[in-house]
Amino acid sequence: MNWEALLAALFGKSHDVKCDGDLLSGTAQFNEHTLTVVGTTHHAAIGVELALAQARVVLNTVREHPGRGILLLVDTQGQRLRHRDELLGINRYMAHMGCCVELARRQHHPVIGLVYDQALSGGFITSGLMADACYALPEAEIRVMRLPAMARVTKIDEQRLAELSKSNPVFAPGVENYVAMGGIRALWSGDLKACLLTALLDASTLDERAADGAARGGRRLAAQVTARVVNA
Amino acid sequence: MEKLHFEFPGQYAPGHFTPVLVGVVGSGNLEVMLEPHGGSTCTIDVTTSAGGFGPIWEAVVHDFQARHRLAGIAVSINDMGATPAVVSLRLDQAAAALPLGSQSNSGAPT
Amino acid sequence: MNRSFAESTARERVTHLLDADTFHEILGPAERVVSPHLALLGVPSAFDDGVVIGSGLLDGQAILVAAQEGEFMGGGVGEVHGAKLVGLFKRALAAKPAAVIVLAESGGVRLHEANAGLIAVSEVMRALLDVRAQGIPVIMLIGGANGCFGGMGLIARCADHVVMSDIGRLAMSGPEVIESSNGVEEFDSRDRALVWRTTGGKHRYLTDDCDVLVEDDVAQFRAAAMGLLGQSLPLSLASMEAEHALLASRLSRYGDCRDALDIWQRAGVADPLRVPDMEARQMPALKALNPKELA
Repeated sequence: MNWEALLAALFGKSHDVKCDGDLLSGTAQFNEHTLTVVGTTHHAAIGVELALAQARVVLNTVREHPGRGILLLVDTQGQRLRHRDELLGINRYMAHMGCCVELARRQHHPVIGLVYDQALSGGFITSGLMADACYALPEAEIRVMRLPAMARVTKIDEQRLAELSKSNPVFAPGVENYVAMGGIRALWSGDLKACLLTALLDASTLDERAADGAARGGRRLAAQVTARVVNA
Repeated sequence: MEKLHFEFPGQYAPGHFTPVLVGVVGSGNLEVMLEPHGGSTCTIDVTTSAGGFGPIWEAVVHDFQARHRLAGIAVSINDMGATPAVVSLRLDQAAAALPLGSQSNSGAPT
Repeated sequence: MNRSFAESTARERVTHLLDADTFHEILGPAERVVSPHLALLGVPSAFDDGVVIGSGLLDGQAILVAAQEGEFMGGGVGEVHGAKLVGLFKRALAAKPAAVIVLAESGGVRLHEANAGLIAVSEVMRALLDVRAQGIPVIMLIGGANGCFGGMGLIARCADHVVMSDIGRLAMSGPEVIESSNGVEEFDSRDRALVWRTTGGKHRYLTDDCDVLVEDDVAQFRAAAMGLLGQSLPLSLASMEAEHALLASRLSRYGDCRDALDIWQRAGVADPLRVPDMEARQMPALKALNPKELA
């Protein structure tokens, strides 16, 4: 679903979100509240400028609109793979975006992430995955790496990887795997307005993803290992 | 991956001690952990990514035990294709890290 | 006597970083909390899943510490490894140590457990920021030969302080990935001098992405960490706005620089070509030249 259709489904005409290059930003009227909408499109490569631009929108919301909800829209091919971005320290720019999202959450802004198209490689670690919860459309593509490339890098036969991925969601591409592992709270389908409303009402300050992963069977160990460390 | 198990009688039992770990599981390397266990033998459990070298492992651990004659110890190994020389070195390094009084005069460097 | 940080294992680094005989490991190798996934892929596990965590004393003060083993799976974060890190930060909320110190050496997410690793990285970030919000400083020590990349590169810049040696590198994507995606003209991954100019400790120190630069010596990392105890930096709108201004300024000053040498030159370093051969202790004088210029 492209971003215009998505926003129409969510807000009808009650939004002013614009696209500037790969950056989406604006506001929407939803459930008698104003929401900040910020994110990326065109399978954006997240470089230093785009990370900074998204952070700016989040900071503006925190500074000017106490308590306003924020919807993070994710469509990215991952971090930009250029010498210049590494030279300038893209990890710090992306971390900054993540810290801005954290600041917003801490200042009681509900923050919801939605992968509406692609979330590849590390592209949404510091955006969607830093939200109170991250959701996805059923047709979204979420992966760290495709299996052929993974086979080359790990030197494990691709067929073996494909076979294993049928019963283990731990490495293979697929939005269902991320749901099973707790990384994605739920898929949004049908009445998207209702999905967004539920998400905003459910927004929690606690990170429930490891617990979700355990309950869903996709990530059986993380929650208990964490608990063992805390209680040791 | 291959799992191997060896067990030898021994003499020098260090009694209770905090588990010892040397080495890392990197290419051509291995980690060796020593833990106390009730009993008079030395057990050695190997998990290795390089299969088919059973007889060589047997020779290496046999020589190790001949040097140290450990008892009441469980040796556990995660191996990623280390050479016999590196395996022997790590085993000796692990034995050298045991509490004093249980080491043999194998000359393993500390 | 100099003990190389880079050549030490994670376990050795922790032992010699902390006050003697004070390290108490949590979920140590004898507990065998290993990856449930690696065996299925025919890959050997490590008894500690490649990360050593625990408590100890640094200069007599209680701290919590984690050290990633770069030689095991490139230090990659998998399900258990990530959960140990998350648990350490959560433990800090109750234990209230003088600092949480992370000896980071990692390629980022462990590909064999890619999805678990990715999610874990964001869980670590949130848990780390919870610790910082309590006024407990988080200090990253980066000096391993494998560097600190990917998700760990993001986590590093969520901490209060970063200490590096020039052997250490801090970045997002590795040079090989950039070269294979965009060609050798974009980034020649075999040009070691280029790689280190771009992502190594000295460059990060000169651009303020690293607070303290030390030699490859565990004792110097120890001294640097000691100096940072108790120095918690607030997370507030004001501090985030300051960070934003710094990053925006960096873009406008250096966004068109083609190489680190250009950045250093523009920032007032008289002889940029000499930087790679300089010692760590000579670097603060360079930074003092134009403290506002470089950031």
